[in-house]
Amino acid sequence: MTKVNPATAAQLAHHIIENKPLFVLDVRNEDDFASWKIEGRQVEIFNTPYFDLLDGVESILSQLPDDKPVIVVCAKEGSSIFVAELLLKAGLKDVSYLVGGMKAWSEHLEPIKVGDLQNGGEIYQFMRMGKGCMSYMIVSEKAALIVDAARMVSAYEEFAHRSDITIKYLVDTHLHADHISGGRELAHKVNGAYLLPPRDAEEVTFDYHALEEGNELTFGGTTVKVVPIYSPGHTIGSTTLLVDDKYLLTGDILFVESIGRPDLAGKAEDWVGDLRNTLYSTYRELDEDLVVLPAHFANVSELNEDGSISARLGDLFKRNAGLNVANEATFRELVSINLPPQPNAYHEIRLVNMGLLSPAEDEKREMEMGPNRCAVHG
Amino acid sequence: MIIKKVVDAKGQACPMPIVRTKKAMNELITGEVLQVLATDKGSKPDLAAWTKSTGHTLLESKEENGVFIFMIQKG
Repeated sequence: MTKVNPATAAQLAHHIIENKPLFVLDVRNEDDFASWKIEGRQVEIFNTPYFDLLDGVESILSQLPDDKPVIVVCAKEGSSIFVAELLLKAGLKDVSYLVGGMKAWSEHLEPIKVGDLQNGGEIYQFMRMGKGCMSYMIVSEKAALIVDAARMVSAYEEFAHRSDITIKYLVDTHLHADHISGGRELAHKVNGAYLLPPRDAEEVTFDYHALEEGNELTFGGTTVKVVPIYSPGHTIGSTTLLVDDKYLLTGDILFVESIGRPDLAGKAEDWVGDLRNTLYSTYRELDEDLVVLPAHFANVSELNEDGSISARLGDLFKRNAGLNVANEATFRELVSINLPPQPNAYHEIRLVNMGLLSPAEDEKREMEMGPNRCAVHG
Repeated sequence: MIIKKVVDAKGQACPMPIVRTKKAMNELITGEVLQVLATDKGSKPDLAAWTKSTGHTLLESKEENGVFIFMIQKG
């Protein structure tokens, strides 16, 4: 009997980014599957809990393709190996299992280059496919600024190390409620500066540098200019970054197919006006040719051909429903009523990001598990 | 409650807790109670879903000092 092939989260990410056909057999229980799963434009997925397959896989064989690879996934990997071996015995040829399961998928970061800077340098999008989160590394002359860093800081460290890059600045566009920030930890490790909008930092327990409008950041030999634009609405401190006069890092305020939600600190009512003002006034005054680089995607349909996420600002004014609600009362209703459920453990995550809670590594992982629900679809 | 049989799956990762629970259940008769001990976090939702789908009854599910304790009555 041939052995089941292990497939790493990185291999899976490449497979999805390259748009190759794939069949995912998810053997977690139905509730876990319903709340969160692997997605991709060419991904076909089928769920049967592993405990329904203990006596054999005959019941599902007719559901599985023989013309594309099958990857079996579970929460951590044990059950997926068990089921994948049964599938091999049953005669299926191209079967692998996801190493580390959905846990590994949730934590994998895939760097994708999204553009060049005017005077040399690049901007990379670190795609966290499993959660639909993006962070950014802006590189100029061996110096880097990272925006909205995820908890898995080794991904940035390894990337920087490979190209001999020094990480100078770690910026969070806002106090995150959906994932634990790696900004402070990484700043500490590389002796860089951690910046946070002061209005989101009123309760933090650590020293930080203020990310404020008017205080431009420059770094690298060719001087990349990073301009903070105060853009409240998702949080009271939310700040957008204009990088190199070309890229607009919108954080959780504006996404490609949706807009941010103003309720993650229980203050939906307070912040609706701010959100409206940011999206309908502040952003309207910006150059329509700017490339929007958000901190989230909600749907794989948003992926570009190269697997990255970006859009021209002017195009979003035309096609993003959340930017096209003329009536203010309708807008208020859209962003404050009938919102999707809050992200897992969002309150605790905020406390961690403020330094008020210091959970162990596996608790942090547990907090971040599951889907991301930061967006409002118009 | 009379516990007819105990499955100690402490330290084992899925699928083993359910594999062993299923095997033990086959040796009981309707109405008898099996106790399952596990430390794997995933065993809690999985065992609940499994008992539901197999027609047994999960009488009790608690956690003591990091050990999950399940009481399952054979259906």
